[in-house]
Amino acid sequence: MNSVDKKIVLDPLLDNNPITLQILGICSALAVTTSLAPALLMSAAVTAVVVLSNASVSLIRNHVPSSIRIIVMMTIIASLVIVVDQVLKAFAYDLAKSLTVFVGLIITNCIVLGRTEAFAMKNGVRLSILDGLGNGLGYSLVLIIVAVCRELFGSGSLLGHQIFPLVTAGGWYNPNGLMLLAPSAFFIIGLMIWGIRTWKTAQVEKPEYQIHEVHRTEIV
Amino acid sequence: MEAYASLLIQSIFIENLALSFFLGMCTFLAVSKTIETAAGLGAAVIVVQGITMPVNNLIFQYLLKPGALAWVGLPELDLSFLGFIAYIGVIAALVQILEMALDRFAPALYLALGVFLPLITVNCAILGGTLFMVNRDYDFGESIIYGLGTGIGWALAVVLLAGIREKLKYSDVPDGLQGLGITFITVGLMSLGFMAFSGMKL
Amino acid sequence: MSASPVTALGRILALPNDSTRKTIAVALILSLVCSMVVSVSAVVLRPLQIENASADRQRNILAAANLLDENTNVADAFSKIEARVVDLSSGDFTDDVDAENYDQRRAARDPAMSTPLSSEQDIASVGRRERYAIVYLVKDGEAIEQIILPIHGYGLWSTLYGFIALEPDLNTVVGLKYYEHSETAGLGAEVDNPAWYSQWKGRRVFDASGALALHVAKGKSRAVGNAAQHEVDGLAGATLTGNGVTNMLHFWLGEQGFGPFLENMRKRAGG
Repeated sequence: MNSVDKKIVLDPLLDNNPITLQILGICSALAVTTSLAPALLMSAAVTAVVVLSNASVSLIRNHVPSSIRIIVMMTIIASLVIVVDQVLKAFAYDLAKSLTVFVGLIITNCIVLGRTEAFAMKNGVRLSILDGLGNGLGYSLVLIIVAVCRELFGSGSLLGHQIFPLVTAGGWYNPNGLMLLAPSAFFIIGLMIWGIRTWKTAQVEKPEYQIHEVHRTEIV
Repeated sequence: MEAYASLLIQSIFIENLALSFFLGMCTFLAVSKTIETAAGLGAAVIVVQGITMPVNNLIFQYLLKPGALAWVGLPELDLSFLGFIAYIGVIAALVQILEMALDRFAPALYLALGVFLPLITVNCAILGGTLFMVNRDYDFGESIIYGLGTGIGWALAVVLLAGIREKLKYSDVPDGLQGLGITFITVGLMSLGFMAFSGMKL
Repeated sequence: MSASPVTALGRILALPNDSTRKTIAVALILSLVCSMVVSVSAVVLRPLQIENASADRQRNILAAANLLDENTNVADAFSKIEARVVDLSSGDFTDDVDAENYDQRRAARDPAMSTPLSSEQDIASVGRRERYAIVYLVKDGEAIEQIILPIHGYGLWSTLYGFIALEPDLNTVVGLKYYEHSETAGLGAEVDNPAWYSQWKGRRVFDASGALALHVAKGKSRAVGNAAQHEVDGLAGATLTGNGVTNMLHFWLGEQGFGPFLENMRKRAGG
């Protein structure tokens, strides 16, 4: 893999993460992360859809009339999501039940549409696949971190295996109930963004309003 | 009648699509910097949701549900797997038609809503609302109420966030949290606030 | 016109992108390919999905009857269980509806197969009550070992669906287990915690005077003696879910639900 390829795959992990910088794909990141197993499944599903849709759109990119461009992309994405949904219901029934409507919502997952529009329509198949992979991985990274925090501190377990024995089962860990509630995902992602932007200061947004320090004798 | 009122209140406050289920977050976070833009987006969402939900309901009830095609003489057919593509197709088409209709009959409104209408096609809240409706097998009347209710709830949430963000502009936020970070934390707190509605029954 | 499809395709692809013919051609070809892919996957995978759904349902029923552990062969264990349809108003077994194809949940929404409930009657907030219900009899030869009844009712956020299994005396509970709900994780969802639902084993539904006494306590159960037989600990931080459980038990084990059925079964057993 040459350096251009590496950049395409690795950039979306931290430097251009779809969730923490591009503000894409957030909806599902919040709702399916109460425990690690559904989060992993969701990550796999989204990565598969984004890679396959990038590849498909890139294959036909030179023949798509501009008047039906968006609907062509949506049709391909929707079909892929239906296939993924059918596969999940056939091979991972229990886990898929816990994802309920969120598998269907991959269709409107902004990452998928965003990447097909921004990258796959203008680049070759190989690069599009790599780009899909990179963004899928960036999305999965955030999902996994949030899910690990929430499951570990909210239930004391990971993937169903008890790591911190709970007080209710005779152990010492009193689970943090906030982690099991939906808003905690927001807080965790907010803190992650803080961490990433403190490290990679290039991503910091400029404030819209500069606060001036006014001294008593100054006339503003 | 009571059931409808209860469903309306439930979909606006207790099961708010934006703050309880976190649907439509991308546009929610990106377009909530000022109250005017948020109100514009909210209005567009109410209209689109209020129209697409009943239409999708009809499609589900009479075309896709298992046994739905009995009126054509094919009662064993179960086309529900075509649901996703049918609903998103309807949403995309309706948004396009709405855009053209507004442009022709209410150009002032069209200009005011501007760029938001195309954005709504990919708003997870619209498709998500439809998927919940299908999941719960609502009838036509309920789907109208649910459509309007979820639209109003989402609009309410985005306008509230815009109000807070307008004030937040003047706060001394740490560099790393500036913009997106503090917005995430704010929405988390709003969501906690809305949880106060849970358990209310009418 | 002996052009093969490949050259015809080639000619279409060579057209300028924005021409009407190409637009229509691309749309048609895309629809065809997508619908084929989708339909093939749906049809090929359908048998697996149906099998998964029914195995899931069977596992839920076995779990309620405490007949399920990691080593249970679901198909074998379920062969001991007979599904019968009950007319809820009369309490009699009926063959009007086929147990294999009856979808109780769908029937509850169908005006022809259900009756609406007034607000006094609807203590479990289910809206309508279906006319028929499927009960599962765990049999050993001809003798009935357990009776498993489906129950559902509203908790805090969602409707909880589960089964309650009773011993042949129709009073002692073997197990109560929910297989579907969307209650708050860590709070209402603790109905899934074995530490909580294992309490139901051995509890009694009716008290000495025959009244419905089974319920979820508020907080930890403090009842002693006979009263303790009718209550289990409440769910910490989930009073409303606990209330929902109590309400649905009272609904389904009472006059509006399986009450008439349990009466008939008692008469049949001669007591």
